[in-house]
Amino acid sequence: MVGQKFLEQFAGKEQASNFHITTFCAEPRAAYDRVHLSEYFSGKTAEDLSLVAADFFASHQIDIRLGDKAVAIDRENKEIKSARGDLIPYDKLVLATGSYPFVPPIPGKDRPECLVYRTIEDLEAIKATAAKSRVGVVVGGGLLGLEAAKALHDLGLETHVVEFAPRLMAVQVDDGGGNMLRSMIEDLGVKVHTSKNTQEIVDGDDCKLRMNFADGSHLDTDMILFSAGIRPQDELARQAQLAVGERGGIVVNNFCQTSDENIFAIGECALWNKRIFGLVAPGYQMSQVAADAICGDFASEFMGADMSTKLKLMGVDVASIGDAHGMTPGAQSYSFTDEHNHVYKKIVVSEDGKYLLGAVLVGEAEAYGTLLQMMLNQIELPEYPDTLILPQREGSASAAMGVDKLPDSAQICSCNNVTKGELCCAVQGGITEIGELKTATKAATSCGGCTALVGQVLNAELEKLGIEVKKDLCEHFPYSRQELYHLVRVEGIRSFDELIAKHGHGKGCDICKPTAASIFASCWNDYILEDQHAGLQDTNDYFLANMQKDGTYSVVPRVAGGEITPDGLIAIGQIGKKYNLYTKITGGQRIDLFGAQVHQLPKIWEELISAGFESGHAYGKAMRTVKSCVGSTWCRYGVQDSVGMAIKVEHRYRGIRSPHKIKLAVSGCTRECAEAQSKDVGVIATEKGWNLYVCGNGGMKPRHADLFASDLDDATLLKYIDRFLMFYIKTADRLQRTSVWMDNLEGGLDYLRQVVIEDSLGIGGELEAQMAHLVDTYQCEWKTTVQSPERLKRFHHFVNSEESDDNVVFVEERGQIRPAREDEKRIAVAAV
Amino acid sequence: MNAKAELSWVRVCRLEDLTDNLGICAKVGEHQVAIFKVKDVDGHALYAIDNHDPISKANVLSRGIVGDVKGHDVVASPIYKQHFDLRTGQCLEAEVKIPTYQVRENAGNVEVLME
Ligand code: SRM
Ligand SMILES: Cc1cc2nc3c(=O)[nH]c(=O)nc-3n(C[C@H](O)[C@H](O)[C@H](O)COP(=O)(O)OP(=O)(O)OC[C@H]3O[C@@H](n4cnc5c(N)ncnc54)[C@H](O)[C@@H]3O)c2cc1C
Ligand code: SF4
Ligand code: FES
Repeated sequence: MVGQKFLEQFAGKEQASNFHITTFCAEPRAAYDRVHLSEYFSGKTAEDLSLVAADFFASHQIDIRLGDKAVAIDRENKEIKSARGDLIPYDKLVLATGSYPFVPPIPGKDRPECLVYRTIEDLEAIKATAAKSRVGVVVGGGLLGLEAAKALHDLGLETHVVEFAPRLMAVQVDDGGGNMLRSMIEDLGVKVHTSKNTQEIVDGDDCKLRMNFADGSHLDTDMILFSAGIRPQDELARQAQLAVGERGGIVVNNFCQTSDENIFAIGECALWNKRIFGLVAPGYQMSQVAADAICGDFASEFMGADMSTKLKLMGVDVASIGDAHGMTPGAQSYSFTDEHNHVYKKIVVSEDGKYLLGAVLVGEAEAYGTLLQMMLNQIELPEYPDTLILPQREGSASAAMGVDKLPDSAQICSCNNVTKGELCCAVQGGITEIGELKTATKAATSCGGCTALVGQVLNAELEKLGIEVKKDLCEHFPYSRQELYHLVRVEGIRSFDELIAKHGHGKGCDICKPTAASIFASCWNDYILEDQHAGLQDTNDYFLANMQKDGTYSVVPRVAGGEITPDGLIAIGQIGKKYNLYTKITGGQRIDLFGAQVHQLPKIWEELISAGFESGHAYGKAMRTVKSCVGSTWCRYGVQDSVGMAIKVEHRYRGIRSPHKIKLAVSGCTRECAEAQSKDVGVIATEKGWNLYVCGNGGMKPRHADLFASDLDDATLLKYIDRFLMFYIKTADRLQRTSVWMDNLEGGLDYLRQVVIEDSLGIGGELEAQMAHLVDTYQCEWKTTVQSPERLKRFHHFVNSEESDDNVVFVEERGQIRPAREDEKRIAVAAV
Repeated sequence: MNAKAELSWVRVCRLEDLTDNLGICAKVGEHQVAIFKVKDVDGHALYAIDNHDPISKANVLSRGIVGDVKGHDVVASPIYKQHFDLRTGQCLEAEVKIPTYQVRENAGNVEVLME
């Protein structure tokens, strides 16, 4: 990771053109994001994790030697020997060899079921072994060990953590925090064994392996993951006789130079001031210093780095900041424990009580960003520092620190080294949205710990610039969609005339009218062609069909879950044939019939309805389809009835109008044939229930869905989807898919989990009730329409003639109709 | 009224066949005419424009959403959403202008002035 960062930083320099760069890469692929390695298990591919832009090496003329390890340095001749046997000369050499997992020398540790957690290959081996295992053990209860344990647990294994120390995360948290953490981890279903010293690994009884502990107890397991710390990868340095530390690590000075001034070491392999830095952020600082130094610029120095961390475990918030153990002389601490809600917080302050030295947060780590900045920037503490950790009660002052107190140099995103100044600069350059700010500055794109703070800086800066973030829907309403939704809901507004009279002006337009229609439908679910609503609808909604380029329409009946009987297929086929429609299987597992003219639509639908079909809402910004795979009913791998669940879900949410279209899918096992991870809501069956994914997108900007909750039973699954969808409907912008909504949601996925799972806003019941109303008031819009002579009058091309539009001309292609092109129409006319 | 000899008012439909702020399409001779009844503070205004959308080349303008943009009454094409001024036929986003027709209410009938 750090090596790649170095290449990027170095390639960006003017002097880079004086160098010819070669890079060795022992792994079979170029740099990838180890920080998010665990996401490999929740569906990310090696490609998703890659840190290298497609043409990076080529465009900077860098020779990349994939899978070729550097095996020896010849300092005298300034040459590197590669595993393939090549000799590569160098003027300057940078070592960014990282570290390797430490495996304690326990007899039996080399058995094939004993693995480590560092590379993509490691994860592949874990996946393969887990598929044959029932029980898994992680040795080591540190940051990484807990992440690994979560991964095993998600793979469906009975999971144990074995820790040598008396508490979890011994380095980062104190006893109080460790205990709280333990109970939370155990609540997740992972068993924790502390103060256990493994003596040997032997054959097990029920399981493949048995671990025997020094205290005489034992634990049977099918696989073991070692996560007992890392050791710097310094073998090249040792071979070349560079100075290394007593316990490993390549000794470097403030410029990241090793004992040979032409050789630099950066990242986890480097030992600075007797310390190794096992996080990316300090590594990235080192790479910048080294890149500068190689170009002859010795202005910047590496002066150590902050090792504060926030655990990115789902459902367990843990953070440790600075001097968490209060080791600074004279330090005093305040702590707060709430056993009921599983919260433990501690702050360590300086002797004079003025400055924050460190903190431990377990169970609730929202204050992480603020506290970290307070410590890093030596911001004076409030009069009563305990207010920083005491729960906020009604009436008490907020503990949040205004970001304007931070200096421009304050590092807001440590993963990507983005300062407050850089963020402000980007905002001054015209950025007004958090999504854009992330793309432009890279802030908040790695661990995500800084997202809330980045959002605060954005808002503060916009305010300072006097930029009122204009969220006005259009010239007729000085409100955002979210605000209008609120007004409609709270004031019980049911028509556009009432809405514009009360809150807008003018006559409305093609932006606010469909938006209002969609909000009315989301709130009250009245029939959309009622007189007061009809004129608000886009033509697709107005004619309940999708307008095509020539003014004809396409018809898509609902085929819930993609399941259709032979009779259903025949009926659609006969109707298609009778009306001479072009038929095609859609990307959404159903059938589209194209080329219908307005006057034909009611007749086509009468026939479809009598054959048992209902509207598919392909025309609406509405719930579209629930894709399914065949699942456990037929498939030899399926673990749940995915078709049954897909149909249940599709019937529950059919027709629901929303800010943009919503698509769902249900897969019967992790092979994921329904591609649920590309949907707004994806459901994947597990042995124990369902995993829920949210905010995926195909289309223009694909986004993998995020794993939201695991192993849910049917009722909880539907409850979460109810709340999730209603919260999206309530808060999203017009035409904002869930993926973009999520990318702009302050607090991101964690926040969404708090709202939906923990009900932090206390609106869970309300959201469910609102959804229940939509489910209960569902009607097939086509059925209502064909039963109403009044509505059917509209389905004519001309008000004063039965003729149809003579500009609609079809020609035949591959045995079906298609719209004629302009040149073909001219010929047709000439022939007449 | 001194309409040119070759122009005459052609009856198209009853006024109640029109719904406020919705369009209909009428066949008047060889022309397809889109007619809109736009609600105003003091009653309503009638407009008639050609139904042909010059941008998508489809006969669809009667099916667009009506409203006002910067004070002009407009209809938005249902296909690519360009706005056409209902009074002048001018497109607000492109250098095109579509034909407009005179339309009136006469004894409960909607009539268009046409060759
Ligand atoms: C018919 C169909 C293509 C096909 O022949 O298979 C189709 C056709 C259209 N798609 Fe689609 N999409 C169809 C599946 C998809 C899929 C695949 C899927 O759903 O699994 C995707 C990618 C998945 C996704 O949405 O994340 C897809 C991504 C889009 C997008 C891009 C959305 C995005 O967020 O980037 C648009 C544009 C938009 O909505 O703004 C779009 C818009 C359209 C529109 C509505 C464009 C338009 O305004 O004319 C097309 C008209 C539909 C119609 O019936 O006339 N269609 N479209 C598919 C109908 C599925 C169905 O049964 O309802
Ligand atoms: C699961 C996991 C989660 C993590 N989570 C976080 C987190 O949340 N936050 C955080 O800050 N850090 C986290 N880390 C740590 C972070 O990944 C490391 O700090 C970072 O990868 C160090 O970068 P590096 O370049 O020094 O080492 P690496 O990324 O390990 O890169 C070194 C590369 O050099 C190659 N190499 C070694 N020797 C040779 C040779 N002789 N020739 C050629 N190539 C060689 C190696 O194969 C490797 O690809 C996590 C790590 C893991 C494994
Ligand atoms: S996702 Fe699994 S259950 Fe569904 S079809 Fe594919 S392999 Fe079978
Ligand atoms: S601090 Fe990790 S993404 Fe910003």
